[in-house]
Amino acid sequence: MATLKVLIVDDEPGIRSGISRILQNFTVDFPFAEEPFQYESIEASTGEEALHFIDSQPIDIVLLDNKLPGIQGVEVLQYIKEKNIDTNVMMITSYASLDLAIKATNNGAYNFVPKPFTPQELKTAMEGITKHLYLRRMTNKLNEESRKTRFQFLSVLSHELKSPINAIEGYLRIMLDKQVGNNIDDYEHMINRSLERIRSMRTLISDMLDLTKIESGGKKREISKVDVVHLAQLCIDNMLPLAAQRNIKIYLDSNKPEIYINADSSEIEIVLNNLLSNAIKYNKPDGTVFCSIKEENNKLIIEVKDTGIGMSAEDLSKLFQEFVRIRNEKTKGISGSGLGLSIIKKIINEYYNGHITVSSEVDKGSTFTVEIPFN
Amino acid sequence: MKATNIKKVLIVDDDIDSLSQLSLYMKQMGFDVITAESQKEGEELINQHKPDLAIFDLMMDNKDSGFILSYKLKKKYPDVPVIIATAVSSETGILFELNTEEEKKWIKADLYLEKGIRYDQLKEHIQKLLKI
Ligand SMILES: Nc1ncnc2c1ncn2[C@@H]1O[C@H](COP(=O)(O)OP(=O)(O)O)[C@@H](O)[C@H]1O
Repeated sequence: MATLKVLIVDDEPGIRSGISRILQNFTVDFPFAEEPFQYESIEASTGEEALHFIDSQPIDIVLLDNKLPGIQGVEVLQYIKEKNIDTNVMMITSYASLDLAIKATNNGAYNFVPKPFTPQELKTAMEGITKHLYLRRMTNKLNEESRKTRFQFLSVLSHELKSPINAIEGYLRIMLDKQVGNNIDDYEHMINRSLERIRSMRTLISDMLDLTKIESGGKKREISKVDVVHLAQLCIDNMLPLAAQRNIKIYLDSNKPEIYINADSSEIEIVLNNLLSNAIKYNKPDGTVFCSIKEENNKLIIEVKDTGIGMSAEDLSKLFQEFVRIRNEKTKGISGSGLGLSIIKKIINEYYNGHITVSSEVDKGSTFTVEIPFN
Repeated sequence: MKATNIKKVLIVDDDIDSLSQLSLYMKQMGFDVITAESQKEGEELINQHKPDLAIFDLMMDNKDSGFILSYKLKKKYPDVPVIIATAVSSETGILFELNTEEEKKWIKADLYLEKGIRYDQLKEHIQKLLKI
């Protein structure tokens, strides 16, 4: 049970105690809220007294009469608005002139309840204001969280972009100052490393663009009938030079010669490319990659299996999150953005209502499996 | 100068380029350099050697690897100065607020540097730390 604090501001003691009594045993329950709400009343007989309460403790709801002995209800309302206090105000007022109603609404009053009112009328009004308060607070909380996530993403991203810039700048300074002598050949390693860092920065930037396109929904999707077997063959052909460098063989297998799915072929290509390039990158020299495309139980199943370095159970639990890279002796020299798997997961979950799983054994290899229903 | 006077610096950084650049400069400054490429390797080296100075990258195996290494080194050798280097800068650095006295006490590093600092500046800082 959550308790909301209600401040009742009215100069008539009878009204204050009447409202307190009605609220005492009243609870409100919404199907979307985790717990029901109950109310705790505080009474103020003047606007000045009300301001004192508002300043000294968190108040969730204010029930506010306009006609008060000192400062008026509308002024209390104005104060709440100016100070940006997180509370919902409902005017209870004997005769709401249009003028007052407009003024109060402009100052953020949520509702009006004309006096006299029945207990049921008050309860109905309380339900409305409570729902509004709850939803507003939940929305703020969600916005706050997404701001935080975004900020974290940008912090990590800037770190990932700065590291290669620092490395390249460092090498350039060494060369500029001729730190290791006048022979250009002695700088070859530094030049190659700089080029490598530039390459990986470029990958990072294009991965990041893929990711933002998906997240912002700003990408124009072009859905057509895509033969995944054919597409996989094309992707494999593109990977052959990379695989040849380490003498890795890639096999493609399918249970039908052609398997069609309604999809944006560039998205399926991103999925295949990322899985295949990982299976090569994290493989051992002379290793093998098996790619299988299957139609089974009304689902498309893409499986990419390698004979590479594998991952421990602890590593596996971290996968599919942005910028997660497994750091150990075996992955040391391998470059990557740490975005590939999170992109794949987003595409498959959000666009195809499917999912991706992985099983792996250290030093034996890994298998990534994508399942997409043929709606 | 006798060989025993050569000072030893321990550098731990998982960015191999930044590690090799820093090593080069430290060697040119006359240091004996030992290096590690991860927090774990760094911890092993701390157990085997007592350096005269340590430079740790902040984000390695963990987001706060540099802090952990600094803590472990200081526990074993309270007198060895530690520099923490990071590519996380002030604009985005709300990830790590290094500025409060409270945190400095716990972390115990002697100096925080942003990566990409010029080496002549680094040299000055190091000379100050080692009083040479
Ligand atoms: N086939 C694989 N075998 C072993 N490890 C893998 C494999 N695929 C991915 N990983 C691990 O998962 C991490 C995240 O992968 P990914 O998001 O594609 O990023 P990247 O390859 O750019 O680092 C990699 O850094 C690697 O440690």
